[in-house]
Amino acid sequence: MNEVLATGRRTVPRWMATPESITAALLVVAFGVSAAFVPRFLDAAYLLDRSSLYMEVGLMALAMTFVIVAGHIDLSCASILALVGTSIATLHVKLGVPLLPLVFLAPLLGALLGGINGVIVAQLGLPSLVVTLATMALYRGLAQVLLGDHSVSLPAWFTGIERVAIAGTLLPVPLVLFLGLAVALGLVLHKTVFGTWVFAMGTNAEAARYSGVPVAQVTISVFVMSGVFSAMAAMIMISRLGVARYDHALGLELDVITAVVLGGASIFGGRGTVTGSVLALFLIAVLQTGMGVANVKAEYQATASGALLIVAVLMGNCFARFRKWTASKGEGSCSGS
Amino acid sequence: MNNRWRLVEVRELPTLALWVLICAVTALVQPKFLTAGVFRSILLWIPLLVVVAMGEMMVMLTRGVDVSVGSMMGLAGMAVGIALRDHPGIGVYGAMVLGIALGATLGAVNGLLIAYGNVPAIVATLGTLGAYRGLVHIVSRGVQVDEYNLPRELGRWSIDGPFGQTLVPWVVVFAILAAAGTLLFLRFTRVGRDIYAIGGNPEAAWLRGIPVRRVTFLVYVLSGLGSGLAGVLYASRFGTINPAAIGSGFELIAISAVVVGGVSVFGGSGTVAGVVLGCLLLGTISTALTVLNIADAWQGTTYGLVILVAVIFDHWMGTRFRKA
Amino acid sequence: MFRKLTLLLFLVTGTTSCQKREAASNPGTTSVAAAASGPVRVVYIPKNTGNPYFNGVVAGLEKGCKELGAEFFTTGPANPDATSQIPFIKDQVQRGVNVICISPNSSDALNQVFDDARTRGIKVVTVNTDLVGNESHRDAAVYPCDFDTLGASQIELLGSLIHYEGRFAILSSTTDAPDQNYWIQGMKEALKNSKYTRMELVDIVYGDDKPQKSRTEAEGLLTKYPDLRAILAPTSVGIEQAAKAVEAAGVYPGGANARGRGVVVTGLGTPNQLRRYIKDNIITAVALWSPPDEGYVSAYVAVGLATDKITAQTGNSFDVPGFGRRGFGKNNLVIAGPPLIFTKDNIDQYNF
Repeated sequence: MNEVLATGRRTVPRWMATPESITAALLVVAFGVSAAFVPRFLDAAYLLDRSSLYMEVGLMALAMTFVIVAGHIDLSCASILALVGTSIATLHVKLGVPLLPLVFLAPLLGALLGGINGVIVAQLGLPSLVVTLATMALYRGLAQVLLGDHSVSLPAWFTGIERVAIAGTLLPVPLVLFLGLAVALGLVLHKTVFGTWVFAMGTNAEAARYSGVPVAQVTISVFVMSGVFSAMAAMIMISRLGVARYDHALGLELDVITAVVLGGASIFGGRGTVTGSVLALFLIAVLQTGMGVANVKAEYQATASGALLIVAVLMGNCFARFRKWTASKGEGSCSGS
Repeated sequence: MNNRWRLVEVRELPTLALWVLICAVTALVQPKFLTAGVFRSILLWIPLLVVVAMGEMMVMLTRGVDVSVGSMMGLAGMAVGIALRDHPGIGVYGAMVLGIALGATLGAVNGLLIAYGNVPAIVATLGTLGAYRGLVHIVSRGVQVDEYNLPRELGRWSIDGPFGQTLVPWVVVFAILAAAGTLLFLRFTRVGRDIYAIGGNPEAAWLRGIPVRRVTFLVYVLSGLGSGLAGVLYASRFGTINPAAIGSGFELIAISAVVVGGVSVFGGSGTVAGVVLGCLLLGTISTALTVLNIADAWQGTTYGLVILVAVIFDHWMGTRFRKA
Repeated sequence: MFRKLTLLLFLVTGTTSCQKREAASNPGTTSVAAAASGPVRVVYIPKNTGNPYFNGVVAGLEKGCKELGAEFFTTGPANPDATSQIPFIKDQVQRGVNVICISPNSSDALNQVFDDARTRGIKVVTVNTDLVGNESHRDAAVYPCDFDTLGASQIELLGSLIHYEGRFAILSSTTDAPDQNYWIQGMKEALKNSKYTRMELVDIVYGDDKPQKSRTEAEGLLTKYPDLRAILAPTSVGIEQAAKAVEAAGVYPGGANARGRGVVVTGLGTPNQLRRYIKDNIITAVALWSPPDEGYVSAYVAVGLATDKITAQTGNSFDVPGFGRRGFGKNNLVIAGPPLIFTKDNIDQYNF
């Protein structure tokens, strides 16, 4: 990429040439347009309240950034959310296990479910797309077997986490939790050896193996992370809704992947930032909130979200061509894994 | 390469064995499973799936994936329903051509994005999965097309066959034709062999002068075409075309059928016979669960397990053959 | 290049978010007119868009609101998940509507959102489905007909079609659908009546309101019970697929493969969906109520509550033009009208 930029055609500063800055610019404009044209959009209490609807997706997107940068994908994250949520609620309500320890058990259960994905992918060398497609059906199915179409209500003290604000501010707990974890994971991905391994693996798994990266362990780790964050999202969701059901977060894996890819991560691995994913999540939230208050129908919103994902990637590609970034990837574009 | 050919020969046997086993167990528990009614039920369950799975198979042979098939099926089926409702003059065959053409067009959009726009297949088709489904709601204005809006002839395709009202209705014949067409295309045309070559080794295919982009584009068009035909068959089989229901979630079943049917998840190997067998297996499982009165909740779990078992089995076979 | 594209994208997203202003309301013409501070704004959120049943409800609500001089619009999620309505409710609260009419997808997951809306003075009216067990989280509910007696009336309809004799099965929606289960319970109670002693309920299966699943279940019934006399499907998706199954197998009364008198299909379904089957003699009679009437009565409840013309309290009643007096029953429940039975003779009078 340096060749083009270094040969005097420096029309765009390098920091602007990253997918994250596209996302950031989109976010600023989307917010500006909504604030200017949509009545009642600009209301801090409302925006902060509505932000809670996106924090489960956000938490899963943080871990998914690692998975995708490592060159994998986890389609089962929303199903893990549902299975953890229904399991914890069932253990508490049907078997009388105290809820507080269960809340701390949840991440372990998530780690187990994610670990199963990771072990199959790492040990058998199967594509994560197919493995997690299978566990997506499997985990959601188990949640359904567990609860059927029933919903299980949780005790009053546990519900309504999104209504608890950090002392003295309007900031709801899920938002603060998400931002805190985003900073932490950003440091892990971009400032630690583990993060370097994840990037190395996503760029070229074979090369990474020869240069001493413990590829199998890193693979299992990113899937375990995805499971743990899905479990945390499950706890927030069942607290927010007050009930656990098997169809919680149905189809949410698409929103998670959209956020990460929109944030500039390459689906082939090796590229992506936590900042980008966070910006993209807020972009989606602002767009949906703006369209919602403007009373745009759901079907237009779905079409717009789908189109946004493709346009974002196409724009990234235009850019990448500009920087000759995909040169090494060649015809890999038809790869599905 | 050799490895691939050996796998192809033996890969269908375990699927077939699994199918026989499921039939046998179900029949032992519930003897009524072995009746013409159940046979017909299975036979009517799979044509939609076979037609979609043929396209999905070609996509997956090139190492791609198409998760927008259910939405393409929905949009094509809805367009056919609206055309027949508002302009009955076009006739069922006109509508069928319309559905297939529209499906191919939608597939071409995917193909353009993937082959020429360098958008990864999973991202492009995830995007169009949402966008096409939104369009189904927009073009239908959220109103379903009811059975009485459709010509009777369309519904008769799912009841009557070339030999009158027999076990083999027209929709099954269409599915057989689609499978036979795919078989001939893959085996006896140059493009068909290129599809395998691209999946086997994209770099080498490109070096050998295979027009990789053009072939990649084509498989997505074919996937759309199959989905379009499936939309028409859906209208015939279920009568009502509801914007939320038609084709919804079908991508999971189609990919399951392809993977269970032995198409390698790394592309490059897999047969039409295997995929048809995969469709038959899924249709039989679904019907068997019903006949055995097993709660629907188990269906998702079963599908997930079947895919996992199939890919792990393939992997196990692969390593054995590599060692051998 | 990139800047142009960005600009273009914003223009597109900007325009889409700014279009879609609902048409201004018409001035009130009838007695229960709008309050002084501008027209009452009513929104209806169905379970999901594309569901033909709710289009009928919308038509009735629209008509009623127009008569009352209220502004009406509808919006809703694409999928009927338990939580998919939440953002729509929040957005409508923010838009400052006066009444939220909703067919809730969950009887408990929406409590908190409803409470928020009501603390801001918004009335919440559930339509067609209620928050069973959580009635305190909404102001009033409108049911299309009396669900307490619906099960019994379905058994009577079925009995009259099969001469009160034979084995039958029920094809329902999901195993935990509260309304369907309540009706099925009513059916079981009714079957204890000596009038129905020769009718036997052999099985209850669930098609989850999905066409493929419903069809497989209906075909499964025909296989499992070769002497089946009837399928009773109190769900519009189920009844249509049951009709298609008996048609394809040719076992409907008078069909090519019918044993004895054939398999009767009846239950609940909309006329538009079942018109062809009734005209083709595959179905003789089927019941439902009128969704437009349900919507119309809901409009009067909604606008009445918002303008304080009506107080939601058990025992209170109010006038609905053409419907006489409607009252709030237990838990502030309003019943719109009686069930209807559609046959070949009257089906063309209905369009929903």
